Amino acid sequence: MVQSQNVEPINKPIRKRAKPKGRAVDPQALVDVQELLGDAPRDADQLIEHLHRIQDRYGHLSAEHLVALAREMKLSPAEVYEVATFYHHFDVVKEGETAPAQLTVRVCDSVTCEMCGCDDLVAALERGLGQGVRIQRVPCVGRCDEAPVAVVGRNQVGHATPDSVRAKVEARETLPTLPANTVHYAEYRDGGGYRVLADCVEGRRDVEEVVSTLESSKLRGLGGAGFPAGRKWRALRNEAEPRYVAINIDEGEPGTFKDRYYLERDPHRFLEGTLVGAWAVNAPDVYLYLRDEYAACEQILHRAVGELIEDPPCRLPRIHVRRGAGAYICGEESAMIESIEGKRGMPRLRPPLVAQVGIFGRPTLEQNLETMHWVRDVLEKGPEWFSGHGRNGRTGFRSFSVSGRVNNPGVHIAPAGITLRELVDEHCGGMREGHELYGYFPGGASGGILPASMADVPLDFDTLQEADPHAFIGSAAVIVLSQHDSARKAALNTMRFFHHESCGQCTPCRVGTAKAAHLMAQPKWDTGLLEELSTCMVDASICGLGQAAPNPLRCVIKYFPEELS
Amino acid sequence: MAANPKELFETVTFTLDGQDVVAYEGETILQAAERNGHGAHIPRLCYTEGQRPVGNCRSCMVEIDDERLLAPSCWRVPREGMVVRSTTGRAVAAQRMVLELLQSDMPETGYTPDNELEQWVRRLDIGTPRFVSREQPRQDISHPAMAVNLDACIQCTRCVRACREEQVNDVIGFAFRGSDSKIVFDLDDPMGESSCVACGECVQACPTGALMPANGVGMEADDRTVDSVCPYCGVGCQLTYHIKDDRILHVEGRDGPANHERMCVKGRYGFDYVNHPNRLTKPLIRREGVAKELRHDFDPARPGDIFREATWEEALEVAAAGLKRIRDEKGSQALAGFGSAKGSNEEAYLFQKLVRAGFGTNNVDHCTRLCHASSVAALMEGVGSGAVSCQVDDVADCDLMFVIGANPTSNHPVAATFMKNEAEKGKKLVVADPRRIELARHATHSLQFKPDTDVALLNAMMYTIIEEGLTDPAFIENRTEGFDELERNVMNGYSPEAMADVVGIPAATIREVARLYATSRSIIFWGMGISQHIHGTDNSRCLIALAMMTGNVGKPGCGLHPLRGQNNVQGASDAGLIPMVYPDYAPVGNEKVRTWYEQFWGVENLDPNPGLTVVEIMNEIHAGKLHGMYIMGENPAMSDPNLRHARESLAMLDHLVVQDLFLTETAAYADVVLPASAFPEKTGTFTNTDRRVQLGRTALPLPGDARQDWELIQEIARRIDLDWNYGDVSEVYEEMRQAMPSITGITWERLQREDSVTYPCASAEDPGQGIVFVDRFPTDNGRGRFVPAHLISADETPDDEYAYVLITGRQLEHWHTGAMTRRASVLNAIEPVPVVSMHPLDMYELGVTQGDPICLTSRRGDVNAYARGDDGMQRGEVYLPFAYHEAAANLLTNAAIDPYGKIPEFKYCAVRVSVGQEVSAELY
Repeated sequence: MVQSQNVEPINKPIRKRAKPKGRAVDPQALVDVQELLGDAPRDADQLIEHLHRIQDRYGHLSAEHLVALAREMKLSPAEVYEVATFYHHFDVVKEGETAPAQLTVRVCDSVTCEMCGCDDLVAALERGLGQGVRIQRVPCVGRCDEAPVAVVGRNQVGHATPDSVRAKVEARETLPTLPANTVHYAEYRDGGGYRVLADCVEGRRDVEEVVSTLESSKLRGLGGAGFPAGRKWRALRNEAEPRYVAINIDEGEPGTFKDRYYLERDPHRFLEGTLVGAWAVNAPDVYLYLRDEYAACEQILHRAVGELIEDPPCRLPRIHVRRGAGAYICGEESAMIESIEGKRGMPRLRPPLVAQVGIFGRPTLEQNLETMHWVRDVLEKGPEWFSGHGRNGRTGFRSFSVSGRVNNPGVHIAPAGITLRELVDEHCGGMREGHELYGYFPGGASGGILPASMADVPLDFDTLQEADPHAFIGSAAVIVLSQHDSARKAALNTMRFFHHESCGQCTPCRVGTAKAAHLMAQPKWDTGLLEELSTCMVDASICGLGQAAPNPLRCVIKYFPEELS
Repeated sequence: MAANPKELFETVTFTLDGQDVVAYEGETILQAAERNGHGAHIPRLCYTEGQRPVGNCRSCMVEIDDERLLAPSCWRVPREGMVVRSTTGRAVAAQRMVLELLQSDMPETGYTPDNELEQWVRRLDIGTPRFVSREQPRQDISHPAMAVNLDACIQCTRCVRACREEQVNDVIGFAFRGSDSKIVFDLDDPMGESSCVACGECVQACPTGALMPANGVGMEADDRTVDSVCPYCGVGCQLTYHIKDDRILHVEGRDGPANHERMCVKGRYGFDYVNHPNRLTKPLIRREGVAKELRHDFDPARPGDIFREATWEEALEVAAAGLKRIRDEKGSQALAGFGSAKGSNEEAYLFQKLVRAGFGTNNVDHCTRLCHASSVAALMEGVGSGAVSCQVDDVADCDLMFVIGANPTSNHPVAATFMKNEAEKGKKLVVADPRRIELARHATHSLQFKPDTDVALLNAMMYTIIEEGLTDPAFIENRTEGFDELERNVMNGYSPEAMADVVGIPAATIREVARLYATSRSIIFWGMGISQHIHGTDNSRCLIALAMMTGNVGKPGCGLHPLRGQNNVQGASDAGLIPMVYPDYAPVGNEKVRTWYEQFWGVENLDPNPGLTVVEIMNEIHAGKLHGMYIMGENPAMSDPNLRHARESLAMLDHLVVQDLFLTETAAYADVVLPASAFPEKTGTFTNTDRRVQLGRTALPLPGDARQDWELIQEIARRIDLDWNYGDVSEVYEEMRQAMPSITGITWERLQREDSVTYPCASAEDPGQGIVFVDRFPTDNGRGRFVPAHLISADETPDDEYAYVLITGRQLEHWHTGAMTRRASVLNAIEPVPVVSMHPLDMYELGVTQGDPICLTSRRGDVNAYARGDDGMQRGEVYLPFAYHEAAANLLTNAAIDPYGKIPEFKYCAVRVSVGQEVSAELY
């Protein structure tokens, strides 16, 4: 079985006469890139930042600009191309291809937005927005409480309707409206901000005391993994210097929007916590990795860091703001670090952990934004301020991002251990008129789907896994389903999400999510095969994306079998 | 008693499926298991020996006690006492499902008989996959050497690591994301258009046939294999020929000490010149009355235009009789011979013995004269030995590589990969060249200095080192002489500040590089940019001085390494194919040496005077004093400078015997042409740039009536009264070894066993000395000599009439005069036409674009070639490779030679550039 029928004879020229192998650098493109980059460093870790510069300026990445950028950074074109094509916010346009339309409208099609009619919205927009506008379906943009959500340029439009979107498009309102009530630097300092940091840096507080306080508070990582913060800081202090700090603001788990909530309202609070962490591990550099979908946050954050550096309360480490580029997987800590290093966001194999080998191979303290957000309060008010909360035998509180069929979706701070029923009734104003609780996602797309019959399980680390091994709280992103919704459809939505977001490194996830999505789209699910496949994904994937991807489908098989018959 | 490895290395003991396994520090579970004979049942695909493990395919999953998740055994390093299980239900289920998932996306077509996925699927009895296949990508057969079948890709990234981490060509990327992940070349361009250099490392790495040799060659079964070495460059890659029906099917890289399975496009894909229809298979005698010239319509496919076929008896008779007549009637000095740097050591030894004992003259030379003659002259003068002081793989021990006047990614590609590997590890790489060459992308310092200003640059570096107290006084004191005079010369006006404008490099950069060189363990690699100048010897003297004044020679990680070009130029020189010396550089003028050879060879009255060199021989013919030549495996009608003059000389010869594979441009002037053996058709020893003597083995039978080169030399010898009776090439080797102390310890048997032994090698127990000059230099007093160099301009500089500098050189795909590679289908497909490289702005001013014909004119001739924009050139420079007969670069070059090395100034002469005419491939 040989393919020689397809072979063409060698005496046909393989390239135009005298053309060299590969792509020459276009002189104008090189000038463009040099002007755009100015004095910015050409180090390899700046690659994604530089790609953003070009995409922002020209609306896309032309082949000529990519080759010129490669030359400027002493990389090969393939090295630049493989990074550019990994991230969905970059549009690579080669010769003969058309550049994307001037304006892109992105419509979220993740779980809550799908429940709230994104398909109809997309259909209407495709009919009605005309030329000059590109419409893209995109995964969760972190505004699930206002589903369905469309993003006009970089302007997130909640409760989007064809009319409201059209209005923004016609007015070319492509930049976000900044929230009015952000606590900026002056106000934050007036309110007592950065005193804790100054006390630490200037020696009035002791590192051991600070770390112990964090440990006693029982504050655990709020990005999803739940690793005790104090213990992590202590472990880092045992590693060799230099050590770095990396803050994960890549909040991408469908259903989650709490980090955006805090960053928009009170950006300096997490910054202060971060800088205390940097002091505790003596880090010369701090990296803040922000997802690209949060354009308002980007402005707020740059302003915050700028004002802080201009009038520092004490000695500060170097602070680097890094922009994501449309990849959920960069919320995984080691993938985020790869992205900070200017590479494709592919998670690293463990061991070692990032605490031992992180950014540029150095030990790195990595924390979610919200975890750092509470550090000041814990250190000002004492550990009990956090540990004193809790219900049903659990400790602390959570910021639940609630969306779906409740009256008051949004960020709700509630005790850890609260049950879904309590959360909906006490905080979210109960189920919406005409909607009865049918099921819920306790922890975003990754944390499985539980039925209404399990609405009394305490929501916290460990408790959910005890109730069902395929459920967990993760980032506390709660999506509430009613009888009008389909758990099976939601599960397919999440599997398509994981398929879309898989980095592609390992077989069980790269191929598994694709095959699972296909199987789940069939009229009848081959549950036996899906179960076998799920086991492999859980057992053999490199990272949490592949390991968690089967959770929703397994829950559907177990708890919603009537939907499968 | 052999040392117990367990006592030498840290070890860790773990159990695998109940069996104790001892792992060395850093070994993975799978590596330790395999080494102990326990791992063969564990599937693995993304892992292959020799590459960094990445653990991405997940087919090797195992259970580890106390760990929640399974672990990839190919990647995981075991802890003491770890309990690993590879055959539990859970582990096997994962292994099987991974294989099933991968198999479900495989195409029906098989692209290789050695599909590793298929092998594991069969072995684990996976059966028909239960998943629907993906949409398959299209095939890419744009490259003449390789087929890209991405429908068979399992995204294991072995090819990515092969390209990015082994060869560091950085062509292959792993683009897009998730199940769209794709192996791409450059910006997802067709492979044939991309910057792919066709090293084939990716093909060698691919487990499933997604990357294969083109034309289905990989699916054909060979009927035998032969281990040999590559015929092209001085790296000396070891390879394996896969042969079917006495034709080479394909070539595989072998794990030789110089290449470790790596190859380049020439060695891997450029082997079919051997079967080219133009191959000479019958002896030829010049027809009566056919003038000696290279006509425009000269056609190597039609020897009948110039020659008639003859029997071997007649051809050898005519060949030898002509040489003998000239010897007897006009004297020995009227004869000369050019041996081959591509032939074996045995052929070289016999050739110089023939010229010396048979012709009675020392007029024997070879193309080293055109290559490193000035480097060797400087080295002989400075350190007493013309060979390298360290080997390429010593880069593993250095801190800094200084590459000047060399383009190794083009001309020593596999050696360059090791340099790039070290640069990736963070070592300093300084690249100094007037052109911004490919290697510069990996360099920590790239010095694109003005052509012809090497002495200024190097003296300025030495100024810095002396001024800032960075010399090695102990080394200077104990191991050298002449430093004071050198110091006086250097400090008198060669400061970096004074030289910055001359060289075109900022003074601060010169100083920084000098400091780094002096304070690091540094190796200097150099090439034709240094040697092919009329001050080439001076250039090399500066390099030697730099190394000696900083103690950067004679220890690990340091040295002087002139990168030897031809596969056997080192060996040919060592075997005495040089007018001034016998084998192992014993001077012809030395009476003791001569007496020894008279005795050894059983002859009388060997010539006591050094003979003439290549260019001098051409001049001597012109002067009417030299009348007959025997040329074996050399093509001076393409490789000599000022070809009009050189070709006139060849035409003036009364008698010319040419021995070669093809009717070369030189053969067009011959009286007799003897069809000889190609590299895969002979057995012989070949010495690479590292001083490794390596064995090439016969893989193919001779075509037609062609004969072995060494036998033909003997036939000639017998017919000019030499009583030679060598029965086998090994006899020649053993005789040669008696004359060469450097290879005393390397017997023919040892080479058969070991394939490669480094010299100097004093005895059977001596493994061979990679690093030399450890305690002393092989000069009379054991000391190295500093020789100062002054600024000397090139012989012919640009002026109003001839405003451009012409730089000649080579290309990756073509070898020297093109006799072999223009006839290798893959190589000639990649670079089919003569190309002249220019800066795009110069092209713009001339009013031409890429692919337009340009005419280059010098005082000596003119050629047309097609323009290729290269912004790595400087303004006012053009670069022309000398491989194209239809655009013979040496029609333009200047025959002015360096006074010591006698090497022509190929790297610098003046040309005029104008819009040109289409180049006909038939043009001569």
